[in-house]
Amino acid sequence: MENILKVEKIEKYYGSRSSLTKAIDNLSLEVEKGEFVAIMGSSGSGKTTLLNCISTIDRVTSGHIFVDDIDITKLKGNELNKFRREKLGFIFQDFNLLDTLTAYENIALALSIQNVTSQEIERKVKKVSEELDIKDVLNKYPYQMSGGQKQRVAAARAIITDPKLVLADEPTGALDSKSSRMLLEKFNYLDDLGATILMVTHDAFTASYSRRVIFIKDGKVFKELHRGKSSRKEFFDKIIDVVTLLGGDLNDAL
Amino acid sequence: MMLCKLSLKNIKKSIKDYAIYFFTLILGVAIFYVFNALDSQTVMMDVSSSTQDLIDLMMTVLSSVSVFVSFVLGFLIIYASRFLMKRRNKEFGIYLTLGMSKRKISLILFLETLCIGILSLIVGLGVGVIISQIMSLVVANMFEADLTKFTFVFSSSACLKTIIYFSIMYLIVMIFNTISVSKCKLIDLLNGAKTSEEVKLKNPYLCIIIFVLSSIVLGKAYHIVTSEFLTLQEVTDALKPIIMGIVATFLIFWSLSGLILRIAQSLKKYYYKGLNSFTLRQFSSKINTTVFSTTIICLMLFVTICLLSACFTMKNSMNANIKELAPIDAQFTVNMNMDRYYENYKDYGYNDDQIKNSHYTAKEMFELFDFDITTYFKDYIEVNTYATPDLTMNDTLGSKLDSIRTQFPFLAYDTKEPIMKISDYNAVAKFYGIEEYSLKDDEYMIVADFDSMIKIRDIALKNGEEINVFGHTLKPKYDTCQDGFLEMSSNHINTGIILVPDDVVDEDYLIQNHLLGNYKTSDKKEIEQIENDINALDKDKRANSYLLPSGSTKLAIKEATVGLSAMVTFIGLYLGIIFLISSAAILGLKELSESSDNKERFLILRKIGTDEKMINKALFRQIAIFFMLPLILALIHSMFGIKFAVQVLEVFGTEELLPSIIATAFILVVIYGGYFLITYYCSKNIIKERY
Repeated sequence: MENILKVEKIEKYYGSRSSLTKAIDNLSLEVEKGEFVAIMGSSGSGKTTLLNCISTIDRVTSGHIFVDDIDITKLKGNELNKFRREKLGFIFQDFNLLDTLTAYENIALALSIQNVTSQEIERKVKKVSEELDIKDVLNKYPYQMSGGQKQRVAAARAIITDPKLVLADEPTGALDSKSSRMLLEKFNYLDDLGATILMVTHDAFTASYSRRVIFIKDGKVFKELHRGKSSRKEFFDKIIDVVTLLGGDLNDAL
Repeated sequence: MMLCKLSLKNIKKSIKDYAIYFFTLILGVAIFYVFNALDSQTVMMDVSSSTQDLIDLMMTVLSSVSVFVSFVLGFLIIYASRFLMKRRNKEFGIYLTLGMSKRKISLILFLETLCIGILSLIVGLGVGVIISQIMSLVVANMFEADLTKFTFVFSSSACLKTIIYFSIMYLIVMIFNTISVSKCKLIDLLNGAKTSEEVKLKNPYLCIIIFVLSSIVLGKAYHIVTSEFLTLQEVTDALKPIIMGIVATFLIFWSLSGLILRIAQSLKKYYYKGLNSFTLRQFSSKINTTVFSTTIICLMLFVTICLLSACFTMKNSMNANIKELAPIDAQFTVNMNMDRYYENYKDYGYNDDQIKNSHYTAKEMFELFDFDITTYFKDYIEVNTYATPDLTMNDTLGSKLDSIRTQFPFLAYDTKEPIMKISDYNAVAKFYGIEEYSLKDDEYMIVADFDSMIKIRDIALKNGEEINVFGHTLKPKYDTCQDGFLEMSSNHINTGIILVPDDVVDEDYLIQNHLLGNYKTSDKKEIEQIENDINALDKDKRANSYLLPSGSTKLAIKEATVGLSAMVTFIGLYLGIIFLISSAAILGLKELSESSDNKERFLILRKIGTDEKMINKALFRQIAIFFMLPLILALIHSMFGIKFAVQVLEVFGTEELLPSIIATAFILVVIYGGYFLITYYCSKNIIKERY
C-alpha cells in the first residue's frame, strides 16, 4: 500500500536552552492511503504537538514529515498555505466554523479559495451534504445548529476538497455521546469511501472507531493496536487494557 | 499601588491596538491649539490697524467655532471610549469575580483616562506649537503681510484654553465611564463577548421598496436645492430638503445593508470566488448595527466636502474679484434731490437737513466740508444716475411680470430702476477699462453682473419688452443683459442699470452723483492717510446737516476682502479637518475594535489554507467598503450641495470652482485616505499575530 503520511524521526523542543521541554522525542510513524488512524495519549504526551507539526501549523525542531511524498518541513510561506489548502482537511474540537457564514458558505469557502467554479461548488456541496446528512442545515448559521451538526459541517468542509489526509483534533471533544457516535459512524463511512483520516483523541470510545490506534507517551510511540477483524466492542476492550497500562490521565476518559 | 500599575499596563497594552485613537486625540488637541493661537502669529507681521481689527474679528468667530468643535470632539471621545470599554467587558468581569469593587474599577478607568488625557495634551500641544510656526507663513500669505521678523511664538492663552476645554471633555468621559461601570451586570460582562450577533436578513422586497422610495425622496431633495432654489424664501423651506436628505440617507444605508448581500449572493459566480463570500458576510454582519453611524459619517463627510469647497471657492473668487471690481483707487457717491422722495429717504434714516441740502455733487459736497478732494487725484470723472417712479422693475419686466412674479415672489418689484446716460456710462467704462457700448435713439440696454438677477431680466429682454423712459418709448438693443457695473465693491452685486440715449434723460430726476478718481500717489501709507482724513470728516458737525458722500476705495475693499477670505478659509479648514478626523477616526476605531473577532475568523481562514495574499486582499476590501460606502453617498450629496452653495454664494462669484474642488479632494484624500491606510495596517498587524 502507498504511504500518504510518513513521519521520520521528528523532534520538537519548547523553551529556552536552560529549561528545555521535549514535546516530541524521536518519533516515527506511517499512515497508509485509506487508513483511519487514531492517536491516543494523555494531556502533555505530545499528541497535539504532533498534529500541529503534521498540519504545518507548527514546525519541527528536527526530522522530516512527508505527505504524499512532499517534505512539508521544507515548505515556506505561501507554499504552506497551498499545501494546507490542497492536501489537508481539518476538523477541530471547537469546529472553527465562520460565525458570519451559513453552513453552505462555510463548506463552499474551502473550494472557493481554490478558485473552483460555482457550479462545481454547488455539485460537490450537494454530494457531501448528502453523505454527511446535513442537507437540512445548509442554510443555517453555526449558532442555529447543534454541536453534532456543526462538527459534521466542519467534516464536510474538510473532505470536500478531496484531501490526501484529513486531520481531526479531538473531533468529539465538544459533543455529547449520541452526537459523537453519529459523527464517528460518518467517519467510518468516509473511510469506506477511501478517505485517509488521522484523528487525535484521548477518548477510548472515540478511538475504537478507528482501524489502528497509536499510543503516545512522553513524546514517543508507546504502543500500537490494530483492529484487524475484531468488532468495535472487542477493539474498545483492547484499547482500555492499554489505557489502564498507561495509567494516569487517560483513565479519566473512561 | 496596584491600581496604578493595572491601569498603566492597560494603557501600554491598548496603545498598540488603539494607536488610531491616541493619534486622533493628539491631532484634535493640536488643531484646537493651532486655530486658537492664530492671532499670536500676527505679532511678527507688519499689519495696518484695520487689518488688525479684522484679525480680532476673525479670532472672535474662531473662538465661537471652537466651542462647536469642542462639542464634536467631545462626542467623538465619549463615543470612542464607550466602545473601547465594551471591548473590555470580559476584563472587568474578571476583576469583579475576583472581588474588586465597582468603585475600584471606576478608579482604574479614571486613572487610565487621566493618563491618556495628560499624555495626549502634552504631545498634542507640542505638535500644535510646531504646526503653529508653519501656520504663521500661511497667515502672512493670507493677509499679504511681510514677515518682518521670524520669532518662535507660543500662545499661552491658546494653550490654557486648550487645556481647559479638553480637561472638561475628559472629565465628562470619566463621568460617563463611572456611570456605565456602576450600571453593568456581572453576567453581561462575562457573557458579553460570547453572544454573537444574530445575522438577520431583511426582507429583500421591503428593502427594494425602501431603497427605491428613499432614492426618489433624495432625488426630490436634490431637485429642490438646485432647481427650485430661488423659490426658497425662508429658513424652514431650506430645512425640508435637508431633513428629506437625512432620512433618505439613513434609509438608503438601511436597505442597502439588506440588499448588497442578496444581490451578491444571486451572482453565484462572483459570490463563490475566493474570499468574496467571506468579505461580504463580514460587511453585512456589521452594517446591520452600523447603519446609524454610517449615516452620521456620511453626513459629516458631506458637510466637510461642501464646507471646504465653498470656502476655497469664496476665497479664490474674492481675491479674483478685487482686480476686476476695484479697478480704480476711489469712488464716491452722494444722493441728490432727496426732497423729491422725502418720505422714502426719511424712512432710510436721513434727517430733514440732509434731505433738504441734497443738491450738491460729490465734489461740491466735499468742498462744503473744506476738503478739496480733487487735489489728491491725478485724474477723475463725474457721472450721474437717474430714477423715476414711472420706471420700476414692474415696468422693465413688462408682460413677463406675472409669470416671473409667481416664480420669484420675494423680489422687490417696486424698486425704482437706476437709469444712466449712455455717454456717462461709457466714460465710466473707459475709466475702468471695461467694455463701452453705443445706443440708437430708440434703444435701451441693461448692464448687470449679478447672475440670478441677470437670469430674471433676460426673460424680459428676450421677449423684447419695450419701456417708457421720461415719455420716450425704447426697445432693447440686446436680448440679454450686458456685463458691467458702476459702483466698486468686492462682489458682483450690480442687479442692473438701464442705459438710455443721452437726449432721453430728464435732469430733474437726478438722484445720485458719482465721483471716480485715481490718487496721485501710489504709496500705501499716504493713501491710508488720505482715506483716514476723509473718514474723519464724518465727525465734523457739518455732517449733521450735509450728507457726506459715501465711498468705496480699492484699499478698503482689498483689506476687507483679504480679512474675510482669510476668515472663511480658516473656519472652513478648522471645521473641515475636525469633521474629517472625527468621522475617519470613528470608522477606524470601529474596524479595529472588531479586530479580536476578526482575528479569530482570519485564523480559521489560515487554518484551512488560505493564501496570505488572499487574506490581505479580503481585509483591504473589507475596510475599503466601510470607508467608501459613506464617502460615495457623501460625494453624490456634495455634487448637489456644492451646486446649492454656488447659488447661495453667487454674489461672491463662483467662477473658480475647479481649483477648490481639487484642493478639497486633496485634503480629503490625505486625511481620510491616511486614516484608511492606518486602519488597514493596524488591522493587518492584529490579524497577523500568530496563534
